[in-house]
Amino acid sequence: MSADPTQVLAFETDCHLFDGCGFPAPGLHSFLFEPLFGDADGNSYFNKTMLLALLGSIIIVGFFWAAFAKPKVVPGKLQMVAEAGYDFVRRGVVYETIGKKEGEKYVPLVVSLFFFVWMMNLWSIIPVAQFPVTAIISYPAVLAGIVYILWVSLTFKRQGFVGAWKNFTGYDKSLGAVLPLSMTIELFSNLLVRPFTHAVRLFANMFAGHTLLLLFTIASWYMLNGIGIAYSAVSFVMVLVMTAFELFIQAVQAYVFVLLTCSFIQGALAEHH
Amino acid sequence: MSPLVQLAAEEAENPLIPPIPELVIGLIAFVIVFGFLAKKLLPNINKVLEERREQIEGGIEKAEAAQTEAQSVLEQYKAQLAEARHEAARLRQEAQEQGATLIAEMRAEGQRQREEIVAAGHAQIEADRKAAASALRQDVGKLATELAGKLVGESLEDHARQSRVIDRFLDELEEKAEASR
Repeated sequence: MSADPTQVLAFETDCHLFDGCGFPAPGLHSFLFEPLFGDADGNSYFNKTMLLALLGSIIIVGFFWAAFAKPKVVPGKLQMVAEAGYDFVRRGVVYETIGKKEGEKYVPLVVSLFFFVWMMNLWSIIPVAQFPVTAIISYPAVLAGIVYILWVSLTFKRQGFVGAWKNFTGYDKSLGAVLPLSMTIELFSNLLVRPFTHAVRLFANMFAGHTLLLLFTIASWYMLNGIGIAYSAVSFVMVLVMTAFELFIQAVQAYVFVLLTCSFIQGALAEHH
Repeated sequence: MSPLVQLAAEEAENPLIPPIPELVIGLIAFVIVFGFLAKKLLPNINKVLEERREQIEGGIEKAEAAQTEAQSVLEQYKAQLAEARHEAARLRQEAQEQGATLIAEMRAEGQRQREEIVAAGHAQIEADRKAAASALRQDVGKLATELAGKLVGESLEDHARQSRVIDRFLDELEEKAEASR
């Protein structure tokens, strides 16, 4: 797509099996978009993922506005659904990991994170959009960055300067001679790897999911020629199966993302053992 | 590989290096969501959830209060009922006792009256008997004297009376009768 600005779909549509052209396999290029406006070479452009990101946040705010702007003690249907989602994150994630007393403060952040990530994931299977915003590393990176900053500052605030470093390095006297090695690994793991894996876990899942969907979708279209129609049908069934699977994975990844967020916050609040 | 894919692969940057504009837009998009949820919508719903919780708890408290009241009223009723039963039993007992004494009194009274009547009857009979006996005695004396006068041929009436012979004779007869009885 990036190679040919005139191309609208993620692959060449005039290419079929037995037509003498190769399979237009999905790849990294499937995740690059021509700017809708602006210049792709510079840093000022606006493309499809940005549009979806902003549209997604408007949808989330719109949904919760409709549900919670004028809340009633006896809830309507929409409010009931929104309450169920809110309650799931609040009770099922925050209270479970951080506890009710300490966790209450972080409920808005975690709820926002969950629904934001979920919505961005959901774009993957929403017709026309059909692209998970979180499959662009920038979006998970921003979220993981926010959580990382919160986690580090909270650790310093709660544990003090020395306590925070003990927390980061997993300082434990009983380790004896291994302590320097263990502290190095822990420091590396906590301060450098942790935010990276936090972001990449989400990114890679959505990236892989989108690639799989693309693969089977392209294959269904590509093989739609002669005897290939039979293969095409199989491939299309896989598209349906993978779409359902993605629906599941999208929710799970949003859940995992906020669960990790909560466990980081909890680690920062807890006394170092 | 198609030329397109090759071209794309050459062009494609490392997908793990985040493009800056997307970072900015991602941040803005998230801040929009967080801002609305954290500042307005979640406090809104929290207030309502709290209100609902209070209403439910208030309802429970009300129900509890009503139950306690009902319980106390029930106990009051039970106490009153027990008291009334007790009172009734006491009254019945009293009535029974009163009835018994009444019956006993009446029985005694009846007994006394009966005895009185019997005694009066006896006295009457005795008096009648005595009157009859004295009348009889006179008549028998008179008849005997008349009979004896007729046999002797003269009136012995005055003489007999004076001499009290008849009386003595009758007394003897009586004594004999008494002895033979």
